Amino acid sequence: MTSVLFIEQLLNGLQFGVMLFLMAAGLTLVFGVMGLINLAHGALYMVGAFACAAVANYTGSFWLGLVASLVAAAVAGAVIEILVIRRLYTRDHLDQVLATFALILIFSEGTRWLFGSFPLFLNVPEILSGPIELPGGLFYPLYRFALIVIGCLVALGLYLLITKTRLGIQIRAGESDREMIAALGIDIRLLYTIVFALGAALAGFAGGLVGAIQSVQVGMGEPVLILAFVVIVIGGIGSIKGALVGAILVGMVDTMGRFLLPSFFQLFMNNSDATSVGSALASMLIYILMALVLVVKPKGLFPAHG
Amino acid sequence: MVKISMLKAGLVGLSLCVASTAMAKPVKVGMITTLSGGGSGLGIDVRDGFMLAVKQAGNKDLEVVIEDDARKPGLAVQIADKMIQSEKVDILTGIIWSNLAMAVVPSAVAQGKIYISPNAGPSQLAGKGCHPNYFNASFQNDNLPEAMGAYASKTGVKSSFIMAPNYPAGKDVLNGFKRFYKGKLSSEVYTKLGQTDYAAEIAQIRASKAESVFVFLPGGMGIAFMKQYAQSGVNIPVMGPAFSFDQGILKAVGPVAVGAKNSSHWSKDLQFPANKAFVKSFQAEYGRLPSLYAVQGFDTASLILSAMKTADVKDTDAFRAAIKKADFASPRGTLKFGNNQHLIQTLYVREVVKEGDIYTNKLEGIAMENHQDAYASQCKM
Repeated sequence: MTSVLFIEQLLNGLQFGVMLFLMAAGLTLVFGVMGLINLAHGALYMVGAFACAAVANYTGSFWLGLVASLVAAAVAGAVIEILVIRRLYTRDHLDQVLATFALILIFSEGTRWLFGSFPLFLNVPEILSGPIELPGGLFYPLYRFALIVIGCLVALGLYLLITKTRLGIQIRAGESDREMIAALGIDIRLLYTIVFALGAALAGFAGGLVGAIQSVQVGMGEPVLILAFVVIVIGGIGSIKGALVGAILVGMVDTMGRFLLPSFFQLFMNNSDATSVGSALASMLIYILMALVLVVKPKGLFPAHG
Repeated sequence: MVKISMLKAGLVGLSLCVASTAMAKPVKVGMITTLSGGGSGLGIDVRDGFMLAVKQAGNKDLEVVIEDDARKPGLAVQIADKMIQSEKVDILTGIIWSNLAMAVVPSAVAQGKIYISPNAGPSQLAGKGCHPNYFNASFQNDNLPEAMGAYASKTGVKSSFIMAPNYPAGKDVLNGFKRFYKGKLSSEVYTKLGQTDYAAEIAQIRASKAESVFVFLPGGMGIAFMKQYAQSGVNIPVMGPAFSFDQGILKAVGPVAVGAKNSSHWSKDLQFPANKAFVKSFQAEYGRLPSLYAVQGFDTASLILSAMKTADVKDTDAFRAAIKKADFASPRGTLKFGNNQHLIQTLYVREVVKEGDIYTNKLEGIAMENHQDAYASQCKM
């Protein structure tokens, strides 16, 4: 095992982490501000990916596709907030889970109805394709490198939005005391729609970005949704900072586990058994991490509500 | 001359009459396949291929009921029960996935129904669990990787990096490859089923410096892998069973798959007249190129239709014997069943190419001729 391979894997973990953060940020915002469990968050990720693929194929420009992914997911988010989600804030979590699960089914079948069952084509834009050479002779895909940069910029933007702007103050106030900010004359319904659409736009953006290197297909959102839930549970529900730390932790642990565990077991087992035991354990690793974090800090690493 | 052709026409007419008297008994087929959710492209192709054969035959005595299993084993079992109990079907078919097939097939054949598999070919049903009522019109799961392994050995590939998802079919596939591959294994990697990011594995491929990479990643997993592999700048050639390079997938993978070698029991450009006719009529009917799943569906329907010409479905023994004869021209040539009622067939190697604006496969050569699966000897039939 060379240090180049090790560093490449660290970058992979970081890249996976920042993409997870885009998903988890929206999920944790919606949960923190509105107390809503939104299973349909993965469907919004899918909407973003399909919008990006459809527009990129139609116009020939990946960047227009990316804009479309933001817009389509934000619009879809706002629409479902107004039509469905708004009625769920006062209900208990079981009702929320049921209703948003129904939304997953509706979005999945609706997308299949519009685009068909076969995966859509979406490729990396020309200027970001191919590998770049980093210092030390490490070749790394340029697109993945760009994803790391974009993810970090979005994280920074979110931080500024939450801490420095009026909307951010309202969001934070909404997290700590819903009744009070309504009493202060802030249109809480509008605030909720905006927050929901913002979360949806982040998910859709992630879908468009990741769609270029993965498969744009119906049902692509649900596996990511599960990981995003793991991230926000580890990070502390409602906390953006927690989502960032949790996402990078999950990205790193998952990538390094897949890479290191099989070779670790090869030290004292035969090759074939070692790879299957190692990879089986690697796929459990993030859940083990979650369990450990919950044992030590039951409310996650950075609990939002004390 | 005129007389001869009239005589010919008369004979054809006569044989049609004979055929139509023999097929007086209606046959009801229940198709359980995946038409919604992930992987529905495969079920849709099987259904369309099947219905194309039914339409071409124009046989009014064949009735088909189709239901969607949404890739859920529990749902597939419920549908099978309903089809057997209340719809009273004679023949079941349609299942795409091996785990669903294992949930449905053993009990359906035990209840006296004939089952013809248009895709899944789990080793259990080919070996000890073989059954006189179970036919497989597609492949046994190990077949295609075995062909790829044989081809890799034949073309002198000295070292291979092999990778598959960590689930039973994934292990079968890697074992199938290893059974016929004589070179060195650089590394054997199992990934998570449904994994979408392969950065960690691609980094290992780069470090392995193997001569070739063999991957079995069906559906979306293969699309994700191929796209990321192309971006990584690693240029070790990729090969695998046809599932990751078939028509439905190539549309989404696009240019990055060009040049990939894959093993298949069918190719669009096989020179059989029945194949040319099939490809043309499928395109005319559905406006897209057929996949190997469509061929399997087409052949499944053709098997039933050919058996209906000579036997009555209520006489199970005679009908089974008629299916086993496989008396029709398949797009794959002539079909021949082995003792375990799985096909003994020629396996090819194809290469992904671009034809005009469309990505498709071109025949590269024969990997294994008249190959029978490894489990046939365990079947006591």
